[in-house]
Amino acid sequence: MSSYKARFKVWRGDVEGGGLKDFEVEVNDGEVVLDIIHRLQATQAPDLAVRWNCKAGKCGSCSAEINGRPRLMCMTRMSVFTREETITVTPLRAFPVVRDLVTDVGFNYTKARQVPAFVPPAELGPGEYRMMQEDVDRSQEFRKCIECFLCQDTCHVVRDHEENKPAFAGPRFLMRVAELDMHPLDAASDNGLDRKKTAQDEHGLGYCNITKCCTEVCPEGIKITDNALIPLKERAVDRKYDPLVWLGSKIRRRSS
Amino acid sequence: MATGTEPHLNSGGVRTGTRAAIDAPHLRTDRWWLAPAATAAGLLAFIVYSTWRAFANADYYSAPYVSPFYSPCLAENCKNMPSGPNADLFGSWWAISPAIIILIFPLGFRLTCYYYRKAYYRGFWASPPACAVAEPHKKYSGETRFPLILQNIHRYFFYAAILVAAVLTYDTVLSFRDTDENWGHMGLGTVVFLINIVLIWAYTISCHSCRHIVGGKLKHFSKHPVRYQAWKFVGKLNARHMLLAWASLVSVAVADFYVYLLASGAFDDPRFF
Amino acid sequence: MSVVDRQEWDVVVVGAGGAGLRAAIEARERGARTAVICKSLFGKAHTVMAEGGIAAAMANVNEHDNWQVHFRDTMRGGKFLNQWRMAELHAQEAPQRVWELETWGALFDRTKDGKISQRNFGGHEYPRLAHVGDRTGLELIRTLQQKIVSLQQEDKKETGDYESRLKVFQECTVTRILKDGSRVSGVFAYERETGRFMVLEAPSVVIATGGIGKSFKVTSNSWEYTGDGHALALLAGAPLLNMEFVQFHPTGMVWPPSVKGILVTESVRGDGGVLRNSEDKRFMFDYIPDVFKEKYAESEEEADRWYEDPENNRRPPELLPRDEVARAINAEVKAGRGSPHGGVFLDVSTRMPAEIIKRRLPSMYHQFKELADVDITAEAMEVGPTCHYVMGGIAVDSDSAAARGVPGLFAAGEVAGGMHGSNRLGGNSLSDLLVFGRRAGWHAAEYATGLSGARPPVDEVQIDTAAAEALRPFSAEGPAPGEDDGRPPENPYTVHQELQQTMNDLVGIIRREGEMEQALEKLADLRVRARRAGVEGHRQFNPGWHLALDLRNMLLVSECVARAALERTESRGGHTREDHPTMERKWRNINLLCRLTDPTGGLAATDPVRGQITLTRETTDPIRADLLALFDKEELVKYLAEEELYE
Repeated sequence: MSSYKARFKVWRGDVEGGGLKDFEVEVNDGEVVLDIIHRLQATQAPDLAVRWNCKAGKCGSCSAEINGRPRLMCMTRMSVFTREETITVTPLRAFPVVRDLVTDVGFNYTKARQVPAFVPPAELGPGEYRMMQEDVDRSQEFRKCIECFLCQDTCHVVRDHEENKPAFAGPRFLMRVAELDMHPLDAASDNGLDRKKTAQDEHGLGYCNITKCCTEVCPEGIKITDNALIPLKERAVDRKYDPLVWLGSKIRRRSS
Repeated sequence: MATGTEPHLNSGGVRTGTRAAIDAPHLRTDRWWLAPAATAAGLLAFIVYSTWRAFANADYYSAPYVSPFYSPCLAENCKNMPSGPNADLFGSWWAISPAIIILIFPLGFRLTCYYYRKAYYRGFWASPPACAVAEPHKKYSGETRFPLILQNIHRYFFYAAILVAAVLTYDTVLSFRDTDENWGHMGLGTVVFLINIVLIWAYTISCHSCRHIVGGKLKHFSKHPVRYQAWKFVGKLNARHMLLAWASLVSVAVADFYVYLLASGAFDDPRFF
Repeated sequence: MSVVDRQEWDVVVVGAGGAGLRAAIEARERGARTAVICKSLFGKAHTVMAEGGIAAAMANVNEHDNWQVHFRDTMRGGKFLNQWRMAELHAQEAPQRVWELETWGALFDRTKDGKISQRNFGGHEYPRLAHVGDRTGLELIRTLQQKIVSLQQEDKKETGDYESRLKVFQECTVTRILKDGSRVSGVFAYERETGRFMVLEAPSVVIATGGIGKSFKVTSNSWEYTGDGHALALLAGAPLLNMEFVQFHPTGMVWPPSVKGILVTESVRGDGGVLRNSEDKRFMFDYIPDVFKEKYAESEEEADRWYEDPENNRRPPELLPRDEVARAINAEVKAGRGSPHGGVFLDVSTRMPAEIIKRRLPSMYHQFKELADVDITAEAMEVGPTCHYVMGGIAVDSDSAAARGVPGLFAAGEVAGGMHGSNRLGGNSLSDLLVFGRRAGWHAAEYATGLSGARPPVDEVQIDTAAAEALRPFSAEGPAPGEDDGRPPENPYTVHQELQQTMNDLVGIIRREGEMEQALEKLADLRVRARRAGVEGHRQFNPGWHLALDLRNMLLVSECVARAALERTESRGGHTREDHPTMERKWRNINLLCRLTDPTGGLAATDPVRGQITLTRETTDPIRADLLALFDKEELVKYLAEEELYE
């Protein structure tokens, strides 16, 4: 077992301002970045603010940007860096900062509320649901999501354009719409809710330019773009961009 | 508290006032620019090559091979290609290269393809250049407005691409002839055409729209077992859509270039039998 | 008078894991205005860590299953110490609770005919665990979270405000339960983000804060598991039950050090994984206790046949209840037959093809690959016991989940005691959360609406005292003038580490009288030091401060564990005494209750001998005759005392 001193730069500050602070800290075999942050807390900076919970990549709390890449601190092993490298840790840069590595992720909770919930089929009671495995596979993949919000953080639609936040739900919640639209027993359409259409009209699917950063950063390996966003775009096309229907509606509008 | 507390620029994006005050547009230390740069270079090379060849209006037929850029050939000014993909739909008024007529379709297919969109949004438009690297644009509306809203018609280009692929398949069959139109022969060009058509089909079938149409749009796979199998098959190909996009792009250029070499007399097709 | 934000609610739920959210849903659906307070972000609760499944006798896979069999398994697993009425309700209601989740959008793995699939698990006679791969806890928490959102959407439609009837206060910590005489009047809490104090006035408080694992060094539990609910109840005057029973999960990761303790799900064994020692021997065959002899295979051949044909073969001993497996691993390591890093080998790589492993155990594959750089399809895992769950907890009424002696206080989930007896079966935790979470929410709502106009008033003095207590770490700058030992304030992280080491070494998986006495002295010392734990910086999201406040709870709970463990001179379930190695029938009907010695709030008592906790013994109600009749007489004689049998 060998240990060494690593150089870290950790962003410290709050909404008033802040900067990268230098640390030298011990690193042991098999450790992850979160271990090092904890060591800093215990030995050098007891008030260093950081969110974490399970430390096993299951809860999605310890999201941060490590050397500029959105990652879970608990799932970033120190062995991926060289010993000479200075490792930079900053809070998520798409959300308002609270303090140090902690950001205000309220955006995501606001968006979660805007997606209409699962609509149970009226004719089935508890215990009467029958679904085939192949019919739930797709939605199950999306339900692996641990809501670390790394996809929301990396998505340039809101990361680089604060003004798009009201209009765009972000990959996580567009995926939620896809999950519900693919749920074999979701009865939204019986209640007049067309998830395919609202994905485009209310949740900002059109902003997505499928540049796949959400998929790239997903710690659960969910194929967000290929399996959720693009299928959802295709479903929206079914509803909205059939050119004949579109042309028809244009002509009618003009003549009226 | 912090070393060199930076004043907040508050200039939008990651420098929005409420976010962590970090001036740098990104802090990535890896070679993040490599992928978009390589993509841009590759696409640019193809654009230059294909523009030259499409407007050349020459050296696209050397029996039994017809360049995929000129097939099907739909104007009167097309070379006569014995039993080849000639169909004079446009007549004599079409004065420039007949390649332009047909290339619209594969071009449109690739331009609206979900993979190529990613490639050129990142490579050419830097929107974004790479993940968590700030993009240089002040405004962004994605594919919500004209002209990018037209990306939604991808599936109709897919249908057209199927027709084009069918014609190219026909061309490949024709390549099993010799220069005198006798069947049962093969040359190096036949192999080039075979590889190309396999890649073209694989790329076309692996399209996201195709995946949607064959089964993705269904709510209950269990009620459509055949379409479910088709969807799974397309899904497997679709996972390699990027690879197939590049492979077929190269192969179509190679096939064309091969015909160019033959037609311009720079090279003789080695015949196997 | 401190400046605090004050709000009125009908029901306040402390904790947003499975039990807390289920309670909140129930209370809101029964018309109570409900607030949920949680330490983490909404949806991050420790419940997400549960992997195996939810035990419910739905009989989807084996038609012979029913609630009676489930009840029997639960009682056997708990060594008959369970509060039997809870075990009965749990077994009866669990299927309804699972089915209800489906109507809220949960997507469990399916059987061939489209029902919820159920898997085998340690201690369960039939395949019984509804599951989603190995991320069942995540599915549970997400479903409940989304149900809450859907209720809020309904409220928005009706009242224009998402939070008019159901609100989640995330990243807030409750430090005191406020009382009006003996009854609950609200809670005192601080917001982690800003450090601001708030008081939620409410006649009903449901405690659903989970467990205590963070008092131990090797644990599968997250930082939240500091025994807050246990301590809050104690401080409010409610007793804790059987705190000596702490479950050490047999298979935690042992390497690398940074992930030591993280769980390796039991489904690895349910799906065919086997335990071997350094001599490559499947040692579990040597550790089948007499009470289980007839139920488990005697040869490797029979055990292997069971996976394919459970009807005609007995199950492999790897699937014994957790306490047995944990002790066996402990014994192998002590005998020098352990793996290089002090565990044993858990192997699936030689048992199934890589593809199957990846499909059935995706997150385990992931976990080992990412965290330990081990490919479980190619090599064996190294595993060892890790502190996982506390069976003891707040003493509650079985039917209403009401805490004893404090009207308006309810408890559900891991923080409540009794349900699991001396040892919990895998899969029974998630079902426990749902069954008793619902019951707690229901009765809390009923109690609150029953009071109608006469809400208990909040005492200003209690608010001021609570505020002062919460602020003390900022002024703990060493000794007061006059007492000059000149030491700087204690670092809360150091105190915490010493506490974890103490509990791990002295009140861990195998216990001895002398060591526990030593532990009590050490705890008293730590308690003195914890009072001097100081913090730097300010109140805004300051983890050092948060930890300093949590120390009070961990120390209280640790003392309960140590005192009760010292008192119970037998070995049973999650309590193993080296000096009293056998299970004693005379202890079967004895509950140990912990109460605060000085309930007037004087936590200053630092006398190591007296401590803060007083233990009392209590004899449990006899098990109802029709439930006893579910067991064979031969089995009962192993557990019950003579006189209990003849009654």
